[in-house]
Amino acid sequence: MSPVIKKKGERFTLPSKYLLFVFTVICCVAMLLSFGTDVFNIPLNTAVGYLIVPFQEGISKTGSWLSDRSEELVQIRQLIEENEALKGQVADLTAQNTVLQQERYELTRLRELLDLKEKYNQYDSVGARIISRDSGNWYSNFIVDKGYEDGIAVDMNVMAGGGLAGRVTSVGPNWAKVTTIISDDSNVSGAVMPSGNTLIVSGDLQLIRDGVIRFSQLLDEEGQVEVGSKVVTSSISDKFLSDILIGYIDSITLDANNLTKSGQITPVVDFGHLEEVLIITQRKPQIREDEALE
Amino acid sequence: MLRKLITTIFILACFILQSTVFPALDFGGVIPNLMVILTSSFGFMRGDRTGLAVGFGCGLLCDIFYGGMLGFYAMIFMYVGFLNGKFSQIFYPEDIKLPLALIVTSDLTVGLVCYVLLFLLRGRFNFSFYLWKVICPEAIYTIVATLFLYPIVLKVNELLEAREKRSAQIFV
Repeated sequence: MSPVIKKKGERFTLPSKYLLFVFTVICCVAMLLSFGTDVFNIPLNTAVGYLIVPFQEGISKTGSWLSDRSEELVQIRQLIEENEALKGQVADLTAQNTVLQQERYELTRLRELLDLKEKYNQYDSVGARIISRDSGNWYSNFIVDKGYEDGIAVDMNVMAGGGLAGRVTSVGPNWAKVTTIISDDSNVSGAVMPSGNTLIVSGDLQLIRDGVIRFSQLLDEEGQVEVGSKVVTSSISDKFLSDILIGYIDSITLDANNLTKSGQITPVVDFGHLEEVLIITQRKPQIREDEALE
Repeated sequence: MLRKLITTIFILACFILQSTVFPALDFGGVIPNLMVILTSSFGFMRGDRTGLAVGFGCGLLCDIFYGGMLGFYAMIFMYVGFLNGKFSQIFYPEDIKLPLALIVTSDLTVGLVCYVLLFLLRGRFNFSFYLWKVICPEAIYTIVATLFLYPIVLKVNELLEAREKRSAQIFV
């Protein structure tokens, strides 16, 4: 090879250790900035939203289609038997339904009388499909196929199967990240029904496989709370709307300080088999600092 | 140019697979870390510069979708790729032992660093649980995934190298 060509091919390149240093600085700055602000969120979330989310949607759709078909084959016989039984039930239920409808009419009338309508109104929600799950093994978060273009915003509560699943923590144009309540970095302020004692529900990686979540700081001097009591989100929670079912108490132990109790809760949501979730489009009203000062 | 394009496709494909297909194939609640396999194999096959860049890309994707702080995984994976690149001098395509050892070591290192930074600092002291229930199963599952993914990466790399050699000869 002649030296002329070699010289022509040579370009200025930074030695790799300096490159490493430069990238390390970039990472540190990015970490600091994203810790304090959300400058990167909008452009990066938008970019990956168009680059990756369509594929995730497609692949998870094919995956769930395949698993649906295989399940169908297994379940056909069961379904025939079930169908017979269900037909009988339908007749019974139709009769019951008529009675209930009458009762419901009465209930609405009485509620109006009591002016309780506001409280029992259902929260508005939109359905979303889970398209991908956490790529690591440390936290259990998932991505759904709705984003800010569908009106989803950070801190909206997510429900599944009648119980609290988590809340939206990051949002792109066509995707949103949901941090589940069983994730190790999640804490929810809850209340035990009907006594109203408050407690803190925290996700724990060590308990995920047993299907339970931890609770702590339960103040219960009278011993009203027992195994099987219902736990809902508390009205003092600043991210979660009140009175959403979390689960039922599984075990209680008295803490070493003899004041508070802790234990485990069985969540109502089956986190192992989540496919579709409901996102409540209403957010907990936040008290902004500038307003609070006035 | 072609090499860069193919590397990008590899990263995207592995990330999508890892977040959509593998959660359905989980093994005791643990999924393999394809990002580590990619970062580490590009590192020892192509040297520290490529390892660094691939690691940064893989980490950044994890950060955007699942990280709390942007740049956290990017930095960990970048160092993994860079350090693996230091072994490119003693790497031979015929030898499978060095790649396997490097990938497992990388995965264990990533696991340990994640434990220390994300869990130990928050007062989760039960190290043996995290070691035996998360870090080690992940490493073992990653070895299994390596046996399938690594030959593909190696083959593509060989094809690309042959092509580059050919075009270099034409140029001379």
